[in-house]
Amino acid sequence: MATEMTFPDSAAKGANAEQEFSPEKMSLSMGPSHPSTHGVLRLQMEIDGEVLTKCDPIVGYLHRGDEKIAENMTYNQFVPYTDRLDYLAPLANNMAYAIAVERLVKLEVPARCQAIRVLTAEMARISAHLMGLGAFGLDVGAWTVLVHSLNQREHLYKLFEELTGARFTTSYTRIGGVSRDVPAGWLDGVKAFCDQFEPALEEILALLTRNKIFLDRTVGVGVITKADALAYGLTGPNLRGSGVALDLRKDKPYSGYEQYEFDVPVGSTGDSYDRYLCRGEEMRQSVRIIRQVLAKFPGGDWYAKDARKIFAPPKDKILTSMEELIQNFMIVTEGPQIPAGEVYFEAENPKGVLGFFIVSKGGGVPWRMKIRSPSFCNLSILPKVCAGAMISDVVTLLGSLDFVMGECDR
Amino acid sequence: MFDFFFNLPIFVQALIKGLAVIMVIFPIAGACSLAERKVAAWIQDRPGPNRAVVPWIAWIPFLGKFLQRLGVFHVMADGGKMLFKEDSLPGHVNKFYFIAAPILAMIPALTTVTVVPFGAYITGNTVVPLALAPLDIGILSVFAIGSLGVYSLILAGWASNSKYPFLGSVRASAQLISYELSMTLSVIPVFLWVNAPGREATLGFARVVEFQSQPGFWGGAWFGFLMPVSAFIFLVALFAETNRQPFDTVESESDLVGSFHTEYGAFKWGLFFVAEYSHMIVGSAVFILLFFGGWNPLPWVPLSDVAVWLHLVDQPVILGILSIAIFLGKVLGMIFFFMWVRWTVPRFRYDQVMKLGWQKLLPLAVINLLFYAVVIAFLQK
Repeated sequence: MATEMTFPDSAAKGANAEQEFSPEKMSLSMGPSHPSTHGVLRLQMEIDGEVLTKCDPIVGYLHRGDEKIAENMTYNQFVPYTDRLDYLAPLANNMAYAIAVERLVKLEVPARCQAIRVLTAEMARISAHLMGLGAFGLDVGAWTVLVHSLNQREHLYKLFEELTGARFTTSYTRIGGVSRDVPAGWLDGVKAFCDQFEPALEEILALLTRNKIFLDRTVGVGVITKADALAYGLTGPNLRGSGVALDLRKDKPYSGYEQYEFDVPVGSTGDSYDRYLCRGEEMRQSVRIIRQVLAKFPGGDWYAKDARKIFAPPKDKILTSMEELIQNFMIVTEGPQIPAGEVYFEAENPKGVLGFFIVSKGGGVPWRMKIRSPSFCNLSILPKVCAGAMISDVVTLLGSLDFVMGECDR
Repeated sequence: MFDFFFNLPIFVQALIKGLAVIMVIFPIAGACSLAERKVAAWIQDRPGPNRAVVPWIAWIPFLGKFLQRLGVFHVMADGGKMLFKEDSLPGHVNKFYFIAAPILAMIPALTTVTVVPFGAYITGNTVVPLALAPLDIGILSVFAIGSLGVYSLILAGWASNSKYPFLGSVRASAQLISYELSMTLSVIPVFLWVNAPGREATLGFARVVEFQSQPGFWGGAWFGFLMPVSAFIFLVALFAETNRQPFDTVESESDLVGSFHTEYGAFKWGLFFVAEYSHMIVGSAVFILLFFGGWNPLPWVPLSDVAVWLHLVDQPVILGILSIAIFLGKVLGMIFFFMWVRWTVPRFRYDQVMKLGWQKLLPLAVINLLFYAVVIAFLQK
């Protein structure tokens, strides 16, 4: 039984496009395994010589169904899955997810916990932007930038490992707190990192910022106007590069961001160079925030002590007290008890606004979860900005949009 | 001392010379690939290749460890790997041209080496240059044979029957041909100058180096100082001709994956690799000969002066080796410069490369040529 099927997804559109192809042009498939598609993005391009006439991004090669998976596990069990969204900044994802669930409970975590989360999120931002910067450098042919930025990320990874026990997939937050307090001496390590990172960052950026070849490659390439950026729902450095000063850390502060002083850099023309400059400046601002957090690092509890049905008690109490043992058992088996309701929370992540929409019908498992991933929205503008670009410009553009396919496809 | 060599039949002599080219170029290309990795590591603040080691060499105290740190065994491992791994031949390629392309890449690379002089010795009062085939048309043959290299890239890209290699070979043919013009125009002033009226005309390198070894101001000042613009144009064009960063749009791995050698592997890929380094070595050698004094150690310090100071006038063999060492040192310094640039700057876009070649470099080369033609006519009147 042959049925006429229509495919709304872009992959099938790419397949249909083959038929309406003009013979003067060449179709070129870039990806899903290509050195500069940053993962498994596939671009179905139509080229006329070196110039693109059409570019269709085909996503979904890394789709895991995270949103569906979330419906089948407790709130805390989903934390490791958030690591794998934007895997360059897992700590920031962890925080965004935890705050989203806490908003549902209307739970306020103690100041120390907030400070830890801000600290780790800003470190994650530096780590993600460093990778973005390095990959961008690599895309325009500057290998050394990548290796120097990886060098700096290594320092960060060591700190992450010391704090969370994992370098990459940190799974650090829990609903109502974090998995463990900062170890002794760790904050000094962060301070030492900041001290050596600031000059190192200037050195890395100096390789590109005034480089004539780099300017030729990026200035005026992939211009996204303010209106376009807003219309396509761009967020993060890509939006700010186009001149819109939207930063949720300033506009809708969460986790105590209102206490810290920092500037929101914005670009003027919205080209690849502006986005690059924005990322560079955001790293400087992140260091500034980290220094402020370290300067007034609050004492006290590092998890919500009174949320007895949400945050599992410390191990020593579990082993000595019947009450706490039962509490721990219930949280581990049933999950943290979240009241019925729905919430949408978005956080300013390195790549843009990461939003979680959670519907709860009570109990330890979400009834429905939707993740608004910034990389997916940022990629949506690709067909528009790619038209008329050259093949090498596409690579510059992909680098400057700085997306992560783990988050885009989720 | 070497009379026995000249008493051999001419055929055997040629065979030995040919073998000498291969025996010299291949190890230097291998050493360059190691140097490339070590220089990259040095610039990027990392140790670079330092693991591979052969057990019985590792047992030698100090030296074994030193060679391991230096990474020399990586070169051997890489070479061995390229020789012995499966030489795959994809099903969708045009087999004849696919196999012919890497061979065609090697031929010009190895042929141009023969005409490049690499040292000199003194008999009596004359400086005799050392070259395998000291042709009178020197530079012309280097350009003529060297530019055949573009055919290998076009063939490789076309025969691969695949889109990325195809795009790469289209870029290669356009880029190499465009920059050959400026390159050729940039060296003409040098030969105008050395072929003074009344002398037997030549395009050989020996005369150029001879000029740069003369006593006096004009002789001692190398052409690099006398004609900085020519040297600059030649250098830029050399970067473009050898597909080195920032002009490596031809094999820019970030957009064209592997470009013309995407479908190649094993030994065939290795031939492209060696050919690229050979072009670099020959190009650097030509640059040194024309603009930086050849085997003369320093400006205004010709080799013959050094021979007198070191009492080596009667020792042609030692002097020959010394001159070869000086020359090779300069060439390797030049190759280091290539690597330094590669690991520091980003790469141009394809259309920018073409614009630079046609709109900036070519007019500059023409003006430069006219300027020096007038100056030389005035000086040599």
